[in-house]
Amino acid sequence: MQTRILRILLKKELTLMLRNPLIPRLIVAMPLLVMLVIPLVADLDVKDVGVAVVDRDHSLLSRRLVADMDASASLTVTAVCDTYDEALRHIERGDADVVLTIPSGYFRDLSGGKSPHLDLSANGVNATKGILGAQYASRSLLQTLTRWSAEEGTALPEAATASVLNRYNPTLNFRNYMIPALMVVLLILICGFLPALNLVSEKESGTIEAMNVTPVGRFTFVLSKLIPFWAIGLLVVTVGMLVGWLVYGLVPAGHIAYIYLAAILFTLVMSGLGVSIANRSSTLLQSIFVMFAFIVIFQLMGGLFTPIASMPRWAQVLTYAIPPRYFIEIMRAVYLKGAGIADLWQQYAALAAFALLFCLVAAKTYRKRE
Amino acid sequence: MNSLIDIRGLTKDYGRTTALREVTFSVPEGSIFGLIGPDGAGKTTLYRILATLLTPDRGTATVAGLDVAREFRQLRTLIGYMPERFSLYPDLTVDENLHFFASLFGVKVRDHFDLIAPIFSQLARFPNRRAGALSGGMKQKLALSCALIHRPRILLLDEPTTGVDAVSRSEFWGMLATLREKGITILVSTSYMDEAARCDRIALLHRGRILGIDTPTRLTARLGDPLYAASAGEMYPLLLALRGMPDVKDCYTFGATLHVVADEGFDPDGTETALRRQGLADVRIRPVEATIEDLFIKLAQHED
Repeated sequence: MQTRILRILLKKELTLMLRNPLIPRLIVAMPLLVMLVIPLVADLDVKDVGVAVVDRDHSLLSRRLVADMDASASLTVTAVCDTYDEALRHIERGDADVVLTIPSGYFRDLSGGKSPHLDLSANGVNATKGILGAQYASRSLLQTLTRWSAEEGTALPEAATASVLNRYNPTLNFRNYMIPALMVVLLILICGFLPALNLVSEKESGTIEAMNVTPVGRFTFVLSKLIPFWAIGLLVVTVGMLVGWLVYGLVPAGHIAYIYLAAILFTLVMSGLGVSIANRSSTLLQSIFVMFAFIVIFQLMGGLFTPIASMPRWAQVLTYAIPPRYFIEIMRAVYLKGAGIADLWQQYAALAAFALLFCLVAAKTYRKRE
Repeated sequence: MNSLIDIRGLTKDYGRTTALREVTFSVPEGSIFGLIGPDGAGKTTLYRILATLLTPDRGTATVAGLDVAREFRQLRTLIGYMPERFSLYPDLTVDENLHFFASLFGVKVRDHFDLIAPIFSQLARFPNRRAGALSGGMKQKLALSCALIHRPRILLLDEPTTGVDAVSRSEFWGMLATLREKGITILVSTSYMDEAARCDRIALLHRGRILGIDTPTRLTARLGDPLYAASAGEMYPLLLALRGMPDVKDCYTFGATLHVVADEGFDPDGTETALRRQGLADVRIRPVEATIEDLFIKLAQHED
């Protein structure tokens, strides 16, 4: 390894980067912008779910269930109807998303130790709002019933206590789910594009020609193109975590070192890919276009917006070949579940394997001679 | 004299295009060797092979006894290559570029400053200017300084004077002569035929083939036939008229005049009179010295 030459090359890269009118600003502005704006825009949280109630019971309990529901933060009882059909018309008009039907004799049956059913139906046109709305409504019902049974000193029948518990992200806050993944997006863009653009612009300006006749080894040269972007990648993750903490109050539940370890591996993956693409491109346009194709696939198939679990089986298998998948899993698990290496060693191993592969390809495909 | 570059049967194809065909020549140590040819003759391909950036398809080339295809690592410290395109970092300053290339070769700028001092003197006035902001002539001097800073044994200059004004070009050739005095062998290519006369030896390259190698004077002597320059008030009718004459072998535009390659028995005064009788005004025909360009035109025509 040519340590002395590597140091000289890195100093040159740093000088050039600082003199670049755009790159330093981009490195600071892009993480801030993405972290400050996207979580607000890409918010899938459901607020103001309208509930149309069909109360056939007309008991104290049924009125309490409805009142509590109306009082809860994200639910509003928009109509109390006599028939299900009438309630359905509220859904059609759009003032209700969920219909709650309380059957007649509900209070009497419950007090008599039976297991009467409450019926919740949700509008599936806006799937997220429907599913989450029904969940919120059932949670509200359960709370009321639990409190009521405690006051009465009776035990609720088994069936009534069964409930959905959202672990790790108790409020189902979509923001908490997005923020760790947005840092992945930043690393994909910055560590993928910048090394590729840097190398191809040396080709376009002809400076690579002068470099290739010097005794600089190709591994040393490729390393000098990779190392600066590893440093930038870690800087970007740090900025991202600070914004997550200061602006959104989100701190990783797990150890921060696990995040840095994953970030280091992932920056290696992306910068290796970027340099490999640059080696095969002779113009900036070519490299940008090819890189973009990769990035679109990475973003859409990495489980960033669409959960991998909801993809068809064949697509799920494909995602094993998408490196960001592992990084996103690690980020979410460490941030929300407080997971560590013991739980995530497979993901770390996969990232390490991809990092090794792409960096080897980057070094092997760089040619000083044609 | 020892030869520093030895090229034997060098051939390189790009797909179906042949860039170099069986090129063979050697460059004596301590000389300025000119590679003369029009654009597309294969000059840059030859340079890229000698600079260890391209491997030949057939044939061998050795520089300072080292094979360009096998011993390229040692070779890279012995050559200074200045590509046709400006290839320094435009965002680094004059000083930074010089120190950068010096340190890559493991030398200090002051170690070999004597070599570049005459070239660098004008640049030394603005050490902190970015290379990209320099004028064409200054860029060229900086590129030459960077190519020389590790004191190479051989300097490979690919069309160093293309796009440079006449004064700077003349100055540049003066610098090359100084470098030769310091023992550096120079292989320089140009498409300006008039620069050929400033080389010790030249090779004429045309469509990947060597048409002739010798000293400039001996090469021009090869033209053999007497050469005349002709001019008239209207040049194109003159060209047509001369081409129609039996004792004129060839006639072509040469700068502001026409050059006429004639048979031994050609009578310039008689021809002048004959042309005036044909209605051409201000006809003048006088003998001239053949230049490399005249030879090139003859050899290239013969080749086609």
